[in-house]
Amino acid sequence: MQAAHGYYIPQPSKWPIVGSIALAFMGFGSAMFMNDVGAGPWLLCIGLAILAYMMFGWFGTVARESETGTYSPQVDISFRWSMSWFIFSEVMFFAAFFGALFYMRALSVPDLADADTGALLWPDFKSGWPVSGPGIEEKFSPMGAWGIPAINTLLLLTSGITVTWAHWALKKNDRTQLNLGLALTILLGISFICLQVYEYVHAAHELNLTLSQGAYGATFYMLTGFHGFHVTMGTIMLIVILFRCLAGHFKPENHFAFEAVSWYWHFVDVVWLLLFVLVYWL
Amino acid sequence: MEAVHGHDHSHDHHHPTGLTRWLMTTNHKDIGTLYLWFSFAMFITGGLLALGIRAELFKPGMQLWQPEFFNQLTTMHGLIMVFGAIMPAFVGFANWQIPLMIGASDMAFARMNNFSFWLLPPAAALLVTSFFVPGGATGAGWTLYAPLSVQQGMGMDLAIFAVHIMGASSIMGSINIITTILNMRAPGMTLMKMPLFVWTWLITAYLLIAVMPVLAGAVTMLLTDRHFDTHFFNAAGGGDPVLYQHVFWFFGHPEVYIMILPAFGIVSQVIPAFARKPLFGYASMVYATASIAILSFIVWAHHMFVVGMPAAGQLFFMYATMLIAVPTGVKVFNWVATMWKGSMTFETPMLFSVGFLFVFSMGGFTGLVCAITPIDIQIQDTYYVVAHFHYVLVAGSLFALFSGTYFWLPKWTGHMYDEKLGKLHFWCSMIFFNLTFFVMHFLGLAGMPRRVPDYATQFADFNMIASIGAFGFGLSQLIFLWCVIKCIKGGEKAPAKPWEGADSLEWTLPSPAPYHSFETPPIVK
Repeated sequence: MQAAHGYYIPQPSKWPIVGSIALAFMGFGSAMFMNDVGAGPWLLCIGLAILAYMMFGWFGTVARESETGTYSPQVDISFRWSMSWFIFSEVMFFAAFFGALFYMRALSVPDLADADTGALLWPDFKSGWPVSGPGIEEKFSPMGAWGIPAINTLLLLTSGITVTWAHWALKKNDRTQLNLGLALTILLGISFICLQVYEYVHAAHELNLTLSQGAYGATFYMLTGFHGFHVTMGTIMLIVILFRCLAGHFKPENHFAFEAVSWYWHFVDVVWLLLFVLVYWL
Repeated sequence: MEAVHGHDHSHDHHHPTGLTRWLMTTNHKDIGTLYLWFSFAMFITGGLLALGIRAELFKPGMQLWQPEFFNQLTTMHGLIMVFGAIMPAFVGFANWQIPLMIGASDMAFARMNNFSFWLLPPAAALLVTSFFVPGGATGAGWTLYAPLSVQQGMGMDLAIFAVHIMGASSIMGSINIITTILNMRAPGMTLMKMPLFVWTWLITAYLLIAVMPVLAGAVTMLLTDRHFDTHFFNAAGGGDPVLYQHVFWFFGHPEVYIMILPAFGIVSQVIPAFARKPLFGYASMVYATASIAILSFIVWAHHMFVVGMPAAGQLFFMYATMLIAVPTGVKVFNWVATMWKGSMTFETPMLFSVGFLFVFSMGGFTGLVCAITPIDIQIQDTYYVVAHFHYVLVAGSLFALFSGTYFWLPKWTGHMYDEKLGKLHFWCSMIFFNLTFFVMHFLGLAGMPRRVPDYATQFADFNMIASIGAFGFGLSQLIFLWCVIKCIKGGEKAPAKPWEGADSLEWTLPSPAPYHSFETPPIVK
């Protein structure tokens, strides 16, 4: 319904309830899966399928509404506020895992090696980093910073430039440069993901670095894993935007979906820089 | 203030009726109503679990339950009341009231608003079902401390996913609320002209967005420690159970302000209305709310004084915690000063607000006692702590919710509620609440530990009193249900502004408020 003075209030919609059915399936499915209850994986897959259906439907509706000029400038400001706060919530999510990393490096690992604790529990344990933990026998090698991670840093930083280049093109209505810039960004994103997968395989098989390698293994995989998941999401979002660009969506003065995705892309870029310095390098 | 209300003529759309109306709605009032009924259902569920606890504790010795099931009762009572009852109830108020109070047509994101609500029933289903899986629900306490939570059965995983889903719901709801407040205010309504309820929700929503993702991170680490062989909370792998406590309470302490700031907002609307005076010290109320929010991020370790913290840490967290008494004191002072020389009447909303002031302040003072490290080390995990947080959560948050319900029921339903029933509800709640929880202070000081199904015989008398009070309190809530249903079904027709001293924008609309609020924004002078 178009309100008299501009703010768009959508008609009743089935998508929210479809989404919550999806999450109900995923919640029960995952819990059953992890406890080896038969139907778990199936429920999880059904949930994911419903979620994908919901996203296609809901985002499709939003794209249509946007292209038919339903959104007033005031709605556009709402989108800007909401995307900023969403990214802030993502920052706080990563903060929890960075907090765990700092805590283990600065407090719990040194505490386990100090004289009092050591005498009682693990007298031979020496503090240091990278380390797994006093109760873990298996050895591992840490991931070096100056191989693939450095290349990945370059890839992501370059992709930040290409997405901005595409944005400039959109603002001066140069569609060729826009599509090219987006395609390059997506290519860089996919290369990053591929290298990350290669790095994980290398880490697990040759460095014996797994999730069960105590403090280093857990923080390494959880931080880089959640980041990799966010890069994957961001790449999918960029691909959607590229298809929308190819379909002629967006105008030089009105293209918030593009901007939102580029904000998100810059956010995963910044998180990566923190990862590179704090997880790989130092 | 002047309000122009757009009439139904051009917008009289074919709205779905029956079940689909509620499943697919994009209307802030429908969604607010859903939130409120959902939270009431959870309040009854959590309340029944509490009565299970009090029934076991009525007499010393093991009476009704196995100890494991008793632990499940305390855990699920906490989780359901915090995440199912109190938080959604305040979001229900936000949905109903914020667009009305700032002169907006609806919430900024009407579809996402519906999504935020409909995520809650699956989360509640996960929690409630967990009682029936092998091993039962989680019994690790609502804080889900490692290593106990790492060792529990499938019920724990269901709780973890419930927390994830409720967190997503809270984050979406909060983004919606912040955006609505920042971008949808009527022309002329500057930030410092907003009703205080709107201010407190703006700050609460900020807290929610800042800390719900941290809780998600904490329970995700629990999940990987349980199933994927990580060692975040296991010393053998360089981790530490205390790490969980830090991450949890970094969420957990702002969380207690998430549950009380909107209550402050409701009380700040109600007291001026019935004292027939404007709120004393409006600007200082806003700054006090903001200060509480900021301080809430640097006090979390006062929940953990006994884990073995350096003295410098204990001192810092003790003083930072005591500092919160300053802005809270400003608020209590302002409420009292608002009533000073006012021409007061004591209808049910005012009774609950004045009652709130009285009992919440007691909870605040015991909070100050708990903040003192050497005392806290004595009373950690005793019934003194249980008494303290029920004084601020039941007599604080819940009484404010009752106050707000009676205050706005005429606007929501178009009928006046039954004043006699309302007053009866207040006095029963007040008396039975104190009967239940006041004696717990003595039990705690005498050393009775919480979360234990049996106790030494010297605690018998006070426990019997507390159990009688709890059942009385539970039954009193049926008066509330009856009163609300009676009000929805009929009753004296409510005028647009049933309370003489009330002056925010919602009272310029007819009662009941029309389906679409302000289609033409009012001009605020």
